[in-house]
Amino acid sequence: MADLNELYQQVILDHNKKPRNFKALETPSITQEGHNPLCGDHITLQLEMDGDVVKDVGFQGSGCAISKASSSMMTAAVKGKTKAEIEAIADEFIKMVRGEIDPETESNHLGRLKIFAGVKDFPARVKCAALSWRTVQAAVEGSPDAVSTE
Amino acid sequence: MNTQTQKVSGLDVAAIRQEFPILSEQVNGKPLVYLDNAATSQKPQCVIDTINHYYAAQNSNVHRGVHYLSQLATREYEGARDIIKKFLNAASDKEIIFTKGTTDAINLVAMSYGRKFIKEGDEIIISAMEHHANIVPWQMLCEQTGAVLRVIPMNDDGELLMEEYEKLLSPKTKIVAVAYVSNSLGTINPVHRIIELAHAQDVPVLIDGAQSAPHLKVDVRELDCDFYAFSGHKVCGPTGIGVLYGKQQWLEQMPPVQGGGDMIKVVTFEKTTYNDLPYKLEAGTPHIEGGIGLGRAIQYLESIGLDKIAAYEHELLEYATEVIGGIKGVRLIGTANQKASVLSFVIDDIHPHDIGTILDQEGIAVRAGHHCAQPVMKRFGVPATARASFAFYNTKEEIDALATALQKVIEVFG
Repeated sequence: MADLNELYQQVILDHNKKPRNFKALETPSITQEGHNPLCGDHITLQLEMDGDVVKDVGFQGSGCAISKASSSMMTAAVKGKTKAEIEAIADEFIKMVRGEIDPETESNHLGRLKIFAGVKDFPARVKCAALSWRTVQAAVEGSPDAVSTE
Repeated sequence: MNTQTQKVSGLDVAAIRQEFPILSEQVNGKPLVYLDNAATSQKPQCVIDTINHYYAAQNSNVHRGVHYLSQLATREYEGARDIIKKFLNAASDKEIIFTKGTTDAINLVAMSYGRKFIKEGDEIIISAMEHHANIVPWQMLCEQTGAVLRVIPMNDDGELLMEEYEKLLSPKTKIVAVAYVSNSLGTINPVHRIIELAHAQDVPVLIDGAQSAPHLKVDVRELDCDFYAFSGHKVCGPTGIGVLYGKQQWLEQMPPVQGGGDMIKVVTFEKTTYNDLPYKLEAGTPHIEGGIGLGRAIQYLESIGLDKIAAYEHELLEYATEVIGGIKGVRLIGTANQKASVLSFVIDDIHPHDIGTILDQEGIAVRAGHHCAQPVMKRFGVPATARASFAFYNTKEEIDALATALQKVIEVFG
């Protein structure tokens, strides 16, 4: 049975309450929007790039605890990373929350992001956790369109 | 409390629950507490058996064959239409059009009545609390014709501002389309007055009955609405079937929007003569077991009594309003004086989806989201709400279980 405590871990609740990098950047290089139309979750993500590396990052928007905590931890994770590194982590994160890889047994670059592994037991919430990562994926790929998870 | 409930409403809820097999299911190891009735109702055994029996013993196409089964299926299907006619107190079977549901029924009116009678510069009035199904078809019609959509505003309790409605009505108004009961707020709208005011200017009125049909006895002739739309699946019937009631005088003038079998009298390559009502507006083989199942569902509701159902559900709503509304941090969205069976709420700093997930772990089914009424969410400044909606098979114990689970939600996020 899915365990609620696995989903709403203290770290996730803490990021929900006090999201990191919850701000607008003054000189963003990239601004990317993301939506979950069915939930109404919404994120505006901004990246300030130094060449290929994320120098600063900020997000704004509204959503459930899972989407907000995921956005907060995503911003902390991508700071100082290259586009290629971000794409690799985003790919692993999305696979993890969909239950396609097990971060405990398969090698990965997820680190602290592994606490989102419990989301895989809550299929209705996978898109909440994935939204910020799909948004940052689109941002580094230079997608002209807003991300929509539906 | 329960004994009193049963005395006042005269419902034997324990016996009624026995008739709904799904209510004995366990969810996440807990007894199911189904409080998502505004989305769809559960089905009693008699409806399940009727559909089963249709396929086991009666299946055939309708309106076609001379053989025994076809006549039997036709009799059952048309018998269901007659049950619905009597349920609504319509003047004739010709006024009962089977559709896929409420959405399909409203779209039919928008496309058929709309294309015939609405042109550039005309106005269509809806209300601020409509479901997307009673917004988007009219917007599409406006795009096609150049007509203009006007919206009756509401106050902070979720009640329509009738003086604003009166101001909106004008010689340009060609139709008024409003919900009898709001799916997101539970408000019961003053449809008698809405219809009276429109008729004073010769404007027809469509009532979206998706949320009223399960809870309120409707007599379309007494109400004097021109169209009334509802869905089978919200009145204990199957999905994929619904009804458009329309006054014959309107339906006669409305062109078909779909052509095909069943809706014709004579077809040649030069010209086709359309069938009479109601078949003119029902192209193709219909949802036969859906119609028959819906007829059975309505018989079932009538055997209990819509008045008793309404009285009991009102008690449930009052109890829930007190118990859930009394929880610290809970804010009710939709506090109209006249309400039916819907309790929408938000909790400080907790997103409705998180509420929904935690309740689900307790076996409690509620809806979390925008309820296909995004303009309503915007009006109340919330991205979404959690919504508990009640049926006559729910109990006060289930509302207590909801209250306990909500305390747990608040603890988790405390």
